[in-house]
Amino acid sequence: METALKRTPLNEVHRAAGARMVDFGGWDMPVQYSGLIDEHNTVRNAVGLFDVSHMGEIEIRGPEAMQLADYVTTNSVAKLQCGQAQYSGLLYEHGGFVDDILVHKVADDSFFLCVNAGNQEKDFEHIRNANKFDCEVEFASERYAQLAIQGPKALETAQKLTETPLQQIKYYWFADGMFAGVPARIARTGYTGEDGVEVYTAPEHAVVVWNAIMEAGRPFGIKPCGLGARNTLRLESKMALYGHEISDSITPLEADLGWIVKLGKGDFIGREALVKQTPTRKLVGFEMRGRGIGRDGYEVLLEGKPAGWVTSGSPSPTLNKNIGLCYLPLERSRPGEKIEIVIRNQAVEAETVPTPFYKRSQ
Amino acid sequence: MNYPENFRYTKEHEWVSLTGDMATIGITFHAQEELGDIVYVDVPKAGTKVSKGSTFGSVESVKAVSDIYAPVSGEVTEANAILASAPEKLNADPHESAWLIKVRVKDAAEFNNLMTASEYQTYVGAEH
Repeated sequence: METALKRTPLNEVHRAAGARMVDFGGWDMPVQYSGLIDEHNTVRNAVGLFDVSHMGEIEIRGPEAMQLADYVTTNSVAKLQCGQAQYSGLLYEHGGFVDDILVHKVADDSFFLCVNAGNQEKDFEHIRNANKFDCEVEFASERYAQLAIQGPKALETAQKLTETPLQQIKYYWFADGMFAGVPARIARTGYTGEDGVEVYTAPEHAVVVWNAIMEAGRPFGIKPCGLGARNTLRLESKMALYGHEISDSITPLEADLGWIVKLGKGDFIGREALVKQTPTRKLVGFEMRGRGIGRDGYEVLLEGKPAGWVTSGSPSPTLNKNIGLCYLPLERSRPGEKIEIVIRNQAVEAETVPTPFYKRSQ
Repeated sequence: MNYPENFRYTKEHEWVSLTGDMATIGITFHAQEELGDIVYVDVPKAGTKVSKGSTFGSVESVKAVSDIYAPVSGEVTEANAILASAPEKLNADPHESAWLIKVRVKDAAEFNNLMTASEYQTYVGAEH
């Protein structure tokens, strides 16, 4: 390896636990511990713990922090209440994604953004360049580690470590409080389709918090989980992954993310392009009918002719099927379309299906 | 992990054992560990010719698909039927019951030129 990989504060913990490490966008990250399918099922049935400290954090503070946050994102920041979080898009003027992010409203004059690891520097530059308001933008990634506790037993596990009543934090809300004896931001968010919390804390506390969570979750069979399971979990729940479902050449309307675009909220970067756009393609789910797995980048055929491409594809451990997401012409994007996916030079049958592939029972 | 002394190994993480002119070919413990949960194994039928260094099949895990390269040249005499219905066996027992194919080799020298168990373990260790 020529350039040194970036490491989270939990790197030694992962290595000591025997995790398999990979280069994930310049980060030395655990891809799996006990096994991808085992970790996946543990999150669906009990509770899993993820180190997601590679994710970036950006803070916007000042009298006009809300105006800047609203101007650079697609969703309505003005509608957020203090303690509420929101999934949103950060767009270029041409409507393509800079990134997909979570916006947390900490106070009327303070917003906390969680952004993708590989995009964080780019996001920061983008937001800073757009700052014509009375507020400051801080690249805060070095001040935060992030741990995700996910699964039906996640809240019970986390509750042992904090006096903050977690059941009272609604889905996509958060609270600041003590967690495992250290100050933390506790958000009821996640990237797995399960209930759970994401805990932001100072990097120097990450190991203590990790160990405390593993101990608290032991009666429930908690397992550390890697990025492999994180990917299959998010895919089953049809959550987008930057560089796959979304990119600088894909708009939210194409990505089936119209719900995070609030054209009526006033001006924001990318709005004009979205108003003018008549999408011609759409993100759609598929299941393989023939033998094989349609993976990212594979060509999709309609009546034998190139019609789109796969953005993500994998065996689904929960459903025991081979699933995936692909772009297809808008008029052919309804469930029930017979498609073919070119897998190593062979056209293999598949069919478009409703998404998400998996939805947890409430 | 125990890498049998009587096997020879490739840089692409296949193993081969030889009895007379009959070679048995598989992928190493290290290879299956790198791949993770294996879901498909594609290997050629009996009668297919394979040549050293060329891809003869693929192993697919939840994460990725990976080509398998022939460590020696020859003709396939048998493909392991277990793997079609139970590909996960390749994770559990890669050096024994989950062998991939048996090949009648043309040139036993090809076998001797491959890495020994200790050479392979050094090679795998150095990869990290």
